[in-house]
Amino acid sequence: MAGFNKVVSSYEEAMQGLADNMTILAGGFGLCGIPEGLIAQIKKMGTKGLTIVSNNCGVDGFGLGILLEDRQIKKMISSYVGENALFEKQLIAGELEVELTPQGTLAERMRAGGAGIPGFYTATGYGTPVAEGKEVKEFNGRNYILEEGIVGDFAIVKAWKADTFGNCIYKDTSMNFNPLAATAGKITVVEVEEIVEPGQLKPSEIQTQGIYVDRVIKGTFEKRIERRVTREA
Amino acid sequence: MALSREQIAMRVAQEFSDGNYVNLGIGIPTLAANYVPEGISVMMHSENGLLGMGPYPTEDQVDPDMINAGKETVTAITGASIFESAQSFAMIRGGHVDITVLGAFEVDVKGNIASWMIPGKLVKGMGGAMDLVAGAQNIIVTMTHANKNGESKLLKACTLPLTGVNCITRIITDLAVLEVKDNAFWLKERAPGVSVEEIRSKTEGELIVEGDVPEMQFN
Repeated sequence: MAGFNKVVSSYEEAMQGLADNMTILAGGFGLCGIPEGLIAQIKKMGTKGLTIVSNNCGVDGFGLGILLEDRQIKKMISSYVGENALFEKQLIAGELEVELTPQGTLAERMRAGGAGIPGFYTATGYGTPVAEGKEVKEFNGRNYILEEGIVGDFAIVKAWKADTFGNCIYKDTSMNFNPLAATAGKITVVEVEEIVEPGQLKPSEIQTQGIYVDRVIKGTFEKRIERRVTREA
Repeated sequence: MALSREQIAMRVAQEFSDGNYVNLGIGIPTLAANYVPEGISVMMHSENGLLGMGPYPTEDQVDPDMINAGKETVTAITGASIFESAQSFAMIRGGHVDITVLGAFEVDVKGNIASWMIPGKLVKGMGGAMDLVAGAQNIIVTMTHANKNGESKLLKACTLPLTGVNCITRIITDLAVLEVKDNAFWLKERAPGVSVEEIRSKTEGELIVEGDVPEMQFN
């Protein structure tokens, strides 16, 4: 690597430094917009005791679900889980911890973490089990709870295209949590479909700025569809 | 007679006004998109990051990068926009979405809603439901009036863990349209052929009936 060139050529290099008991922020919504190759590399490395912050935990045999197979995940911070039988089994057996966080709060916790904001108040979850143990504050007659920003030792991100400086753009709804995770990793790794030269993406089109990105790798993607629903032509 | 799922959805769609931004939850609420009244334009918000959700794709339009909040393949209408999750929930939490429609297990006279967790059963999570009930300007709950055992789901006080407090103002069930205010359910409309007595017998929380309650109108 030289100067601002963030491109790495192997998955080993992309995830170098990942160690047991680290926290990883992962982009993706369901199976849409997930860094497939980076997840596969984590499985290959066999890293254990991981805390993973991601809206969901994949499905059996695909996405983050594959990290359950060798019990690599200690804790999930998610808004909706349990699309996979293995997840359910490990949860009931007490081998896996889950911190359920409302989807918007989860997104904002990543945004805040990346923006250097340690906490924020939100009405979401007030008066529900989510509020247990959290500070409550009243603003203009309405109650809000304190939620904390979140940062990861690593952020793993899927983008559509990046230039070699790490400037990224996303395709359609595969964007989801990816730009947020990208801002909040101590080491942010982006797996993309295509790497282009600086200047090929318009400056005003950039959705994740290279300043947030440490490593870029070109991947290949299966892009499995979770619920294929169609209508007659 | 009690309304079918489709009829509940049809009645929900009558709540839409021209120019509304609408978020529809999974199940009956989603069906309401099929019954938007003629001459009215609404734009559908999908909380995974799409404003201007279109119909399901045809086979050759299927794109794995284009899904809705239910993780189903979907399309975007002309004039749609796509954004990240914090932006999506800023629209919700910030009160910019005009109408949210979602299902529930229970609602009570204080406008509390329980929709995500049944103790003893596996808890999968709340997804975006807590953000939606905390943020939307106008929240409509759709559900059956009573459960399979005939027990009311419109209660004095919710018994299940809550999704949100003091947030529900309007309920459309298979039997009635009701407003929630002043610690009571106010009966506004009856399903065709359903008596006030039947609704009363299936409503545990205080039910207020003013004058003759009209039947719902379907064109």
